[in-house]
Amino acid sequence: MRISPTKFISLLFLVLSVFYLYTAYNIQVFAFDENAPFNARTFPIYLGWAGIILSSLKIILPEKVTTEVNHKHLDYKSIIYLIVISLIYAAVILKIGYFISTSLFLFASYYFLGERRWGLMFILSFPFVAAFMYLLHGLLNIYLRDPFLKYIGVMG
Amino acid sequence: MIEGILIGLSTALSLTNILMVMVGCFAGTIIGMLPGLGPMTAIALMIPITYGFDPSTGLILMAGVYYGAVFGGSTSSILLNAPGIPGTVATAFDGYPMAQQGKAGKALAIAAYSSFAGGTISAIFLLVAAPSLSKVSLAFRSPDYFALMILGLTAISAFSSKGQFLKAMMMVVLGLMLATVGQDSLSDITRFTFNNMNLTDGISFVLIVMATFAMSEALTIIFRGKDPNRAAKQISLTELGSIRVNKEETIKMAKTIPRSSILGFLIGVLPGAGATIASFLAYGMERNYVNEEEKQKFGKGSVHGLSAPETANNAACSGSFVPLLTLGIPGSGTTAVMLGALLGFGIQPGPRLYQTNPEIFWSVIMSMYIGMVVLLILNLPLIPYIARILAVPRNYLIPLILFFSVTGIYLMSFNNFDIFLMIGIAVVATFLRLYDFPMPPLILAFVLGGLMEETLRRSLLISDGSPNFLWDRPITLIILLITITIVGWQIFSTLRKKS
Repeated sequence: MRISPTKFISLLFLVLSVFYLYTAYNIQVFAFDENAPFNARTFPIYLGWAGIILSSLKIILPEKVTTEVNHKHLDYKSIIYLIVISLIYAAVILKIGYFISTSLFLFASYYFLGERRWGLMFILSFPFVAAFMYLLHGLLNIYLRDPFLKYIGVMG
Repeated sequence: MIEGILIGLSTALSLTNILMVMVGCFAGTIIGMLPGLGPMTAIALMIPITYGFDPSTGLILMAGVYYGAVFGGSTSSILLNAPGIPGTVATAFDGYPMAQQGKAGKALAIAAYSSFAGGTISAIFLLVAAPSLSKVSLAFRSPDYFALMILGLTAISAFSSKGQFLKAMMMVVLGLMLATVGQDSLSDITRFTFNNMNLTDGISFVLIVMATFAMSEALTIIFRGKDPNRAAKQISLTELGSIRVNKEETIKMAKTIPRSSILGFLIGVLPGAGATIASFLAYGMERNYVNEEEKQKFGKGSVHGLSAPETANNAACSGSFVPLLTLGIPGSGTTAVMLGALLGFGIQPGPRLYQTNPEIFWSVIMSMYIGMVVLLILNLPLIPYIARILAVPRNYLIPLILFFSVTGIYLMSFNNFDIFLMIGIAVVATFLRLYDFPMPPLILAFVLGGLMEETLRRSLLISDGSPNFLWDRPITLIILLITITIVGWQIFSTLRKKS
């Protein structure tokens, strides 16, 4: 039996709702609040049941409108590259600082999306980020944490 | 009142304040245009700057930023289908298809005229009716608010789901579930944090918006890059087309604007409702008003469908100032940020603001109208040039959208957990969008989640746990009946399609 992607997503949502409901029932409330008409559990419990009912209906009822996606037309390679670059960016931003990590992230993203105009890629990464940082930090006085620039004495 | 208007005019028309309105509108437009950055971020960025000004000038600058950002949000909604703020999500329903048909310039002009008209009409309403309108919002009690929020969520599911009501309702529940993460507002009990300290304060609204709109939109553009049908539909941002609006379109706008202005203003007055609900309700209302032929055009580039939410969201912006200025209750997230700024100036908004600081009360109202004029005179002719900001090739635009999204989140928290969380939510949202699970209902549900729980809590405590609060008050009952009608209509439409 072939299950449609929409029903599969609904099934995942059903599992999420069951887990959410289970967690909601296990929220620790104060003893005096246990039998109150409304406590920290009430709203999540309603939501859990609503999620279960809606996803079950979606799974059970026949699909009137089907969403067809042609996987041959999806660019999995580029999106995986972008997600991986973003994850690496998130992982290093605190360690090597905002300026270098952001500039490298932009440069790498342009490259993996097929750009090869090196001069433009450079301008739209390092100087662009520097100008943006100046706008935030220098003109608008919005603090931007950057241990590297602080270390080399560019930022106070 | 005449004396007040004159005081307001003399303050708002000083050279410094006119300059501030212009700077605010322009800066707001640029910031609001960038996907993921909305008026809340723009105003928050302005708060430190305004401390150097006197309160009137500071508030005038922020009001200008507010209007500019709403207008800028519409621009990115129309050109990129990436709304900067939830209030302009409904604008994308017809604005984006219109842009895909090569009429981006026209769509932007319709949005600008509608915003101007909506803002102007509601500024007049605000001027004349501010004191008495505050009584309308005072008449609303918790059960009414709860019912109104249910109505808003049902309406958005019905009107944004392209006939897939259940999928939209699932997204509503998901949005509400995400809103429950973090500390419970009353008891401070942590929920769904799984002992992770980063989740104690809940998930930030900006993070959810950035992930489900800006970042997910960027990923979707890349993901569907090989789709020949999709590629053919990409907008040529360098060819925005004419910004001229023909007679037929003007007539359509003239019919839509008055009713959407009234609706937008009234919804804006209600604390918590704001531009988002106003724009969705106006879109839904307009769809019901037009004839069958026009109805078929909704979602495919309808003038009515574009004009209605644009008029209503600007009208609601003015409306949201009513409870802020007269009651001290913010009507939206953005006015909540402004409330913080007012308190920073040592001003307590409320009924006494008339007496204690009349120049502030009236100058803000006057500057709203001046802001509208500035937006039309300054921004409309500049649209083709301002929009060039977005007319950069895909290979550059996508990384830049990701850059602004990540920077926005990094500036808020300076930790990388939020960035990881945003990437995770964006990836899930991208797959959900692929299978037509709509994101607007999730966003609205997330925004309203906290307030909805609060009003439900109050309603249930007042009625001692009984569900009677749903039909005890006539206003609640009427709102609920409208909600039931919408759900019933969805079921009826589905059955009719089947037969």
